[in-house]
Amino acid sequence: MADVVVEQGRVARATGARKGSSLRNTLGRKSTVAFFLTLPLILLILLLVLYPALYSIHLATLNKAMTKFVGLSNFTFLFKRETFWMVVRQSCIFAITAVVFKALIGFIVAHFVHNIPAKGQRKWRGMLLVPWVIPPAMSTLAWLWLFDPSYSAFNYTLSFFGVGPIPWLGDTFWARFSVILVNVWYGAPFFMIMYLAALKSVPDQLYEAAEIDGANWWQKIWHITLPMMRNIIAITTLFSLIVTFANFDIVRILTSGGPLDTTHLFATWAFQVGIQSSDIPLGACVSLFMVPILAVAAIFILRDVNKRGNEA
Amino acid sequence: MSTLAIDKAGPSRKVKYGSMSRDRAWALRWSYFFLVLFAIFFLTPPIYMLITSLKSSAEISAATNPWWVFHPTLSNYVELLSSNQFLRFFWNSSVISIIVVIVTMMISIPAAFALARMKFWGSATLATGVFLTYLIPDSLLFIPLFKVLGVVQDLTGITLLNRWYVLVFIYPTLTVPFCTWIMIGYFASIPKELDEAALIDGASWLQTLTRIFIPVALPGLIAATIFAFTVSWAQFLYPLVFTTSVDQLVLPVGITTTLIKGDVFNWGQIMTGALLGAAPPLVIYAFLMDYYIAGLTAGATKG
Repeated sequence: MADVVVEQGRVARATGARKGSSLRNTLGRKSTVAFFLTLPLILLILLLVLYPALYSIHLATLNKAMTKFVGLSNFTFLFKRETFWMVVRQSCIFAITAVVFKALIGFIVAHFVHNIPAKGQRKWRGMLLVPWVIPPAMSTLAWLWLFDPSYSAFNYTLSFFGVGPIPWLGDTFWARFSVILVNVWYGAPFFMIMYLAALKSVPDQLYEAAEIDGANWWQKIWHITLPMMRNIIAITTLFSLIVTFANFDIVRILTSGGPLDTTHLFATWAFQVGIQSSDIPLGACVSLFMVPILAVAAIFILRDVNKRGNEA
Repeated sequence: MSTLAIDKAGPSRKVKYGSMSRDRAWALRWSYFFLVLFAIFFLTPPIYMLITSLKSSAEISAATNPWWVFHPTLSNYVELLSSNQFLRFFWNSSVISIIVVIVTMMISIPAAFALARMKFWGSATLATGVFLTYLIPDSLLFIPLFKVLGVVQDLTGITLLNRWYVLVFIYPTLTVPFCTWIMIGYFASIPKELDEAALIDGASWLQTLTRIFIPVALPGLIAATIFAFTVSWAQFLYPLVFTTSVDQLVLPVGITTTLIKGDVFNWGQIMTGALLGAAPPLVIYAFLMDYYIAGLTAGATKG
């Protein structure tokens, strides 16, 4: 509607100023302008995202020297390696556990922040978001130092409670625990902020009505808060699932995949295989295994984001 | 506001009012208690960075109480800030981040404007494509990009690998999609009447963009700028793969690779470096918190 009005206005002005200019001309100009405005974006996506993504499929079918086509033998080679299956398992454990805890902690903290008087909320929110603001590579160094085998500040503190020195990064179980802990620490504030924004958008009247009807706090959460926040919870969780699944920084700095490759994720293992051992095709092959999970999450996010757009 | 209203209406039902306000008081106390616990959990690493950065190597290796500084010293800061190598990392990071922010804005703003206002063939598909690109992680692309850069380098004779400026071309793949996406949202929320009036008054499309859209959507622009800056500043994987020479490194990679020498960890300096590396985003966050959070929450919403 509005567009039509604008076009008419333009046409009227154009014909007034210069003879022979037609509606088609104006439209033509508009789409030409639009094309040039979006051209850098399109080029960037095509050349630096889409092309490398497709190129990695081609790379994955070459031999180590990248001289000849070997079909799917890189894939079958991976399937026969035990480390590969360990990486698959660890990536799934890592991503799912971390996302669940991030979502839970984020939800709980958001509720507490929402509970306190409005004038203090800004201060608390500002403080609690700090982990998300620090570059993960920097904060992971602090964690590495907190986990240090001989000078661990955690073990120092725990020794007062009679809890023996914990091999934070030396033992498989604790190393897996530690990388998840650091990831939860880094990601929970993001959930907190998203949930807090969602909580603010739930109308107070709903809670008041429920309170008059005698609902307890759990019923209020279950029947009001969660349904109202459903969409934002879904988007945040799926988005975080992608980021966590593709995580590199934390595991790389904290354990480099050790002990005995047990904390490797797809990204860190692909880095070790592809860049450090310079078997680029095999590395490309490893990172390609992330695609199916990322694609499924992306489809669901897209659906939810569009739904949200229509609601508004 | 609404709680106040209920409390004032209370006296007619004294018992109910009393129990409700007592419940609230307890809920408030519990909230503060848990918030303090979570704040301790969230703030321990940065505070521990600060504590360690103020210690001398002798105090660190003496293994005294790690949570306290007995002989505070600024020697770590003095040493790092007078080391050419560290300043080089800082310089590289700053130059790259600033250029990336400019490039990102120059690509995102026009594209977002076109996608938000000029319905053209394929515009909806392109908007979806932008969002999908945002979901592609760096860890999926670093290997093919490494190879592509190598091939381009061989074909053109321009050195790309192990040069800091290559990151200026690569980082926009991480920043542009998100910035375009949130700018589409901000631009779409501007009332159509505003640009219609401008068009009727004879403004060209570009004038509409620079005179109306950019000033009106300035908060969104600031949020996008902050995002682009923090992402480029924090990026770790690409510089780790594409640059190796000490004089080409950016801050995160420089600290993790040069300050850790073999098995000798100079923790005082590492923590100082990490804190200085975390400082620019933290300072931006401290001053522009509302824009930062607006950018963060805008990603999950459309329009």
